[in-house]
Amino acid sequence: MSMSNGHGNGYDADITASIVSRFDARPEQLIQILHGVVERFGYVPEAAIRQLAEALNLSRADVHGVVSYYHDFLTGKPGRHRVKICQAEACQAMGSHELTAHATGSLGMALHETKDDITLEPVYCLGNCACSPAVMIGDRVYGRVTAERFDELIGGLEGND
Amino acid sequence: MARTKVYVPRETAACSVGADDVAVAIARASKERGSDIQLVRNGSWGASWLEPLVEVEVGEQRIAYANVEPGDVAGLFDAGFLTGGEHAKRQGPVNEIPYLVNQERWTFFRCGLIEALSLEHFRATSGFAGLEKAFEIGGEAVAQAVLDSGLRGRGGAAFPAGIKWQTVRNAEGTQKYIACNADEGDSGTFSDRMLMEGDPYGLIEAMAIAGFAVGASKGYIYLRSEYPLTHKILSKALAVARDAGWLGHDIQGSGFDFDIELHLGAGSYVCGEETAMLESLEGRRGIVRSKPPLPALSGLFGKPTLVHNVVTLASVPNIVRLGAERYAGFGEGRSKGTLAFQLAGNVKRGGLVEKAFGITLRQLIEDFGGGTASGRPVKAVQVGGPLGAYIPAEQLDLPMDYEAFIKAGAMIGHGGIVVFDDLANMARMARFAMEFCAIESCGKCTPCRIGSTRGVEVIDRMIAGENRDENYDLLVDLCDTMESASLCAMGGMTPYPVRSVLKYFAEDFAPRQGGDA
Repeated sequence: MSMSNGHGNGYDADITASIVSRFDARPEQLIQILHGVVERFGYVPEAAIRQLAEALNLSRADVHGVVSYYHDFLTGKPGRHRVKICQAEACQAMGSHELTAHATGSLGMALHETKDDITLEPVYCLGNCACSPAVMIGDRVYGRVTAERFDELIGGLEGND
Repeated sequence: MARTKVYVPRETAACSVGADDVAVAIARASKERGSDIQLVRNGSWGASWLEPLVEVEVGEQRIAYANVEPGDVAGLFDAGFLTGGEHAKRQGPVNEIPYLVNQERWTFFRCGLIEALSLEHFRATSGFAGLEKAFEIGGEAVAQAVLDSGLRGRGGAAFPAGIKWQTVRNAEGTQKYIACNADEGDSGTFSDRMLMEGDPYGLIEAMAIAGFAVGASKGYIYLRSEYPLTHKILSKALAVARDAGWLGHDIQGSGFDFDIELHLGAGSYVCGEETAMLESLEGRRGIVRSKPPLPALSGLFGKPTLVHNVVTLASVPNIVRLGAERYAGFGEGRSKGTLAFQLAGNVKRGGLVEKAFGITLRQLIEDFGGGTASGRPVKAVQVGGPLGAYIPAEQLDLPMDYEAFIKAGAMIGHGGIVVFDDLANMARMARFAMEFCAIESCGKCTPCRIGSTRGVEVIDRMIAGENRDENYDLLVDLCDTMESASLCAMGGMTPYPVRSVLKYFAEDFAPRQGGDA
């Protein structure tokens, strides 16, 4: 069903090097390169920051600055499934607070936490505002999500019984 | 005999409520039953409340079946839906559904109609006819047409598009750029997404026209990462257009070179602000730049850059093809043309409604939207995203007109309309406005970075009932500071929703009986 992030154990510098060369080592492609790193490893390991700085002729501070600025780039390894619940206004108007409370309660974790295979995150608008409340798991968006539907989605995740 | 065409949208909202599963179920059932069908993945018509909306081509008509679930498929086949058979979910011909018939589709006329990635469908519906006309009449005439049409920026600022086009066209420099802002982060908005998913070649054509008119050989699309399906569709469309000679060197023998690069954002709201987007396109933190210089003169990599929102650009091919007067014939006052309004939140019939300016909020919410989804009275409506004011139910007769909204202390922005019913606690929404600003502030200027955090604290004290009058004055003062001293709209307009709550819903700050909801 849903996509999962970062199956790889451990960091592989060769993979990062190949992502860099796919973008011709152009420093203005840093954000696109970081997306490639996250796609492979699930997050941006410290070793990748050092490697990218060198490969793109940027300072480590430059790369760290970009990584820490954008919500997409986690620096700690997330669970296999990134579950995002929309917290923006349209979803609030349709009960996203209650849905979030249900999620944190039933999973026994707060937003921004990782437990077992799941990382639970807030997100501010998935552009699915006519079918609120919305949830994103991996790269799939779900609309009109009730508490029951949420439980079904979580129950259907790979490696999560 | 031709195979029966069955349309199932491939669009985020439709897929979020099961369109992919329905498509699989229909394909499987048709195989089992030996029916010869052709499954077409069109874009969405925008009637999201009817999704998944399946259509079957019967003769000249497309018969619609709404809210189809995989479990309905066997019953639909039994009911003879391939010949338009009667069924509880049958809506009749799609072009007779009032929600769709009563719209004025200019920019979205292809959305839902065609298979989004079929170049053949696109060409058959006047696709690239605007670009061909542009080649014929020349860049200056194109820029003039955009000016004459009265088109204004649909991203939020509503600046006359034609003036930007002429500024970039007349700017010195051999390298210029088109930067398409597809970082649609405002809650309650999804028109950019629907257009890119339903008519991706339409955007490509629009950007090529813009490049031709202002003398840019390269365009960028800055797409938010929250739109993975859009990313797939756009990437594919760019590749197909390139292979077919509609992008790249010497487009269709015109001598004009133009190509587009697709960039993904990374979850930052403020990157929807044009200068922060340019920073992000250059691979940096999305920190807002001071203006001047204007991006039109010194934008991406310091070169003259035409920055436009998706829907602004996508309105252009028809303006060039059909003439500026036709477009300017829609709307009223200085708000010319049409806008793709988006009905969202607690509304019964949510979706996209493209109408000429001048329609009232009430007509949109009641006639199109059917009131709230909960069936309760409307309490407030937020128009224009998280930086837009909350408009109370008593003011729903406000016409959708840029100037009328400004006069009312509100803004139309990108046309998103989020409806709240009477159970909503507006003090909590005011707090959220400040909280969101604190989370998303780029941090460059103090009023936004610090003011938003202080704003949350002050509102928390007001909700708790501490020194209410004093804190009220403090919040008003803070709003003034943020509005007048912030560098961009993030800090500068966060006070709009907050002030509107103070003005119309002050009672929501009072501690409620039995605790705060």
